[in-house]
Amino acid sequence: MAGVEIGGLSTVYPNGVRAVDGLDLGVVDGELFALLGPSGCGKTTLLRTIAGLEQATDGKVLIGGRDVTREQPGSRGVAMVFQDYALFPHMTVAENIAYPLRVRRAPKARQREVAERTAAGLSLSGLLDRRPGQLSGGQQQRTALARAVAVEADVLLLDEPLSNLDARLRLEARTFLKRLQRELALTTVFVTHDQAEALALADRIAVMESGRIRQLGTPREVFQRPADTFVANFIGSTPMNLLDGVVRGDGVECVGALLPLPADLADGTPVVVGVRPEYLTVAAEGIAGRVSIVENLGVTSLVTLECAGGTLVGLTVPEQEEPAVGDALHACPAPGRLLCYGEDGLLLGAV
Amino acid sequence: MTPAWVVRRIGLYVLVAVVLAFFAVPVLWLASAPFDARPGLGLRWPDWTFANVATTFRHPYAVTSLVNSVLLCVVATAVTTVSAALAAYSLSRVRIPGRDALLYLLLLLSSVVTGTAAMVPIFVLMLQLGLIDSRFGTALVIAGGMLPAAIFILKDFVDSVPRSYEESARVFGASPGQVLGHVVLPVARPGVATILVWSFVNAWGNFLLPFLLLRDVGKQPAAVLLRTLQDEGGSADLAVIPVFSLLYSIPVVVLYLFVSKRYGFRFHGGIKS
Repeated sequence: MAGVEIGGLSTVYPNGVRAVDGLDLGVVDGELFALLGPSGCGKTTLLRTIAGLEQATDGKVLIGGRDVTREQPGSRGVAMVFQDYALFPHMTVAENIAYPLRVRRAPKARQREVAERTAAGLSLSGLLDRRPGQLSGGQQQRTALARAVAVEADVLLLDEPLSNLDARLRLEARTFLKRLQRELALTTVFVTHDQAEALALADRIAVMESGRIRQLGTPREVFQRPADTFVANFIGSTPMNLLDGVVRGDGVECVGALLPLPADLADGTPVVVGVRPEYLTVAAEGIAGRVSIVENLGVTSLVTLECAGGTLVGLTVPEQEEPAVGDALHACPAPGRLLCYGEDGLLLGAV
Repeated sequence: MTPAWVVRRIGLYVLVAVVLAFFAVPVLWLASAPFDARPGLGLRWPDWTFANVATTFRHPYAVTSLVNSVLLCVVATAVTTVSAALAAYSLSRVRIPGRDALLYLLLLLSSVVTGTAAMVPIFVLMLQLGLIDSRFGTALVIAGGMLPAAIFILKDFVDSVPRSYEESARVFGASPGQVLGHVVLPVARPGVATILVWSFVNAWGNFLLPFLLLRDVGKQPAAVLLRTLQDEGGSADLAVIPVFSLLYSIPVVVLYLFVSKRYGFRFHGGIKS
C-alpha cells in the first residue's frame, strides 16, 4: 500500500512531442484516481511513465515515498492492466493469473493456489483451464484484473479498463471494479477518455490537456465548478452552455437577459457565462428563446432554445413537461449553479 | 439438362481428369516404380520386389548423399531460423532510421542478385575463403540466400504480435530473457515453425549452389547426386533412381507432418487489439 507522488514530470518522445509537460500530482494511499482527458492529452503516457514503460525526461516519480524514476517496471511495485488486456494467448487463465508468481519462480503448487484464490474472488473459478481466446470480453477483462491483483502490488494502473466492453457490460464492470477496489483498498490510477466513467468511479479526477493538468478535484467539484472553459466543455454528458456576456452594473448581460454576477467586475468587462442544461429550469423570466429541437434522454428531455442573435441554449426538462417545437419560453439558472469565466477561460466565480 | 449443359459438364470433367493425371501420375510412379522388378518411365502395376532397394543401398554414394543433404539442411535451416528470428524481432521492435528502406533493399537485392547472376562472385569469394568443397561453407551460402526472405516473412509475423504482451510481462518483473522465453517465442512459434519448414525444404531442393561449390562426389547432397545416377552407357539408372527419389522425398513430408502436429501452422490470435 502506497501513494504516488509525481513532481515536475516531463516525458518527451524521440520525435519531440512533449506528451507530459512538467506535471505535479499526488495520489493518496488507497485512492481510486482517474486521469481524464481527450485522446492525445498525454494521460496514457503519464500512466506508462508511472509504470516505467516510458522513460521520464525530467522530474520524479515516487511510489510509497521511494524514488522509482530510474527503476525498471518490474521493481516499482506496480501492476498494470492494458487496454487490450495483453493476456498471453498461449497460456490458460490460471497460468495467466499466476504469471507474476512464475516470474518470481514461485513453486507450481503455490502458483495454482494463488490463481484459484484470486479467480474465485473475481468469479472466474470455472474458467481456469480455458485459454483467453475462449473467454468473453468481460471475462478477459476480469482475468487481466485478476493477474494484476494476484501479487500484492503497491499501486494498480489501469489503461482504459472498460473501453473494450460493450455498453451494458461496461456498467456492470464499472460497479464491479469499484467494489473490488474498495475491498482491496488498493491505490489505483486509471486512464479514461469517458467523463461519465471518471465521474462514476473515481475518488478524485485529474482532467488533462496537452500534457498538463487543467483541474484536479473530486467528481463533484469537477462537475459543479469546472476550473476553466475546457473542463466545463469536457465534463458532463450534455455539453455545458458557454455564452458570451458583458458586465452591466451588478449583473451580466447575456443573450438578452440580465443574470446575477458572481464576482466584482468593472462595467463592460466581457465574460463567458457557463451553465449546465441540467441547472436551467423553465421560469417566468430569464433567457428568452424559442424551442428549436427536443431530444428525448429518457427521464428528461434536452430542449435547445434559439435565442436572440441565433445563440443556442440547451436545457433539460422533466418528462411529461416537454414544450412543443416553436414554443417561446424563458430559462433561468438554478441558484449557485451559474459560473462565470474570464476572457482567459478561467473561473471567476459562481452564483 | 440441356445438351449444351451436358457438353459443358463433360468438357469440365475431361479437363479435371487431365489435370489430375498430370499431378497424380508422377506420385503413383514414385509409389510403384521403386518396388517394380523392371521399372520403366511409364506407369504400370509393379512385379513386387525389394531388389531395387538393396541395389540403391549398395550404390557407393546414395546413402552418403542423403546424409550430406541432411547435414547441409540442418545447418542452413538452423542458421536461417535463429538469425532470422533475432533479426526480425529487433527490426520489428527497435526504431532504426531507414529500417523499411533497408528491408526492401535486402529483399530486392536478394531476389534479383543472388540467383544465377551472383554465382561467379560467390564462387570466387568461396574460393578465396578456402571454402570450396566445404559442406559447412555451402550451408552458410544457402542460408545467406534464404535469410532476407525469411527475415521479411518473420518480421511481418512479429509485427502482428501486440507489444503489450511484452510490456505486460515486463511490468510483472520479467527479465528480458524471461520475456523472450515465456512470451515472445511461444507466441511467435507458428511463425518460426513456418520459417523452419520453408528453409529446410528450400535447402533440401537446392541444386545449383552445392553443384557449384562441392566438387567431391562424397560431399554432394542428394539433389546433386540424382543428376549423376546413370549406368555406364549414360542412360538413367532405373534401378536406383526410383528408390532414391522416394528416399529423397520422405524427409520433407515427415518434417512437414511433424512440425504441423507439434507446433501447428496456426496463430493463436491476438485478443481484441
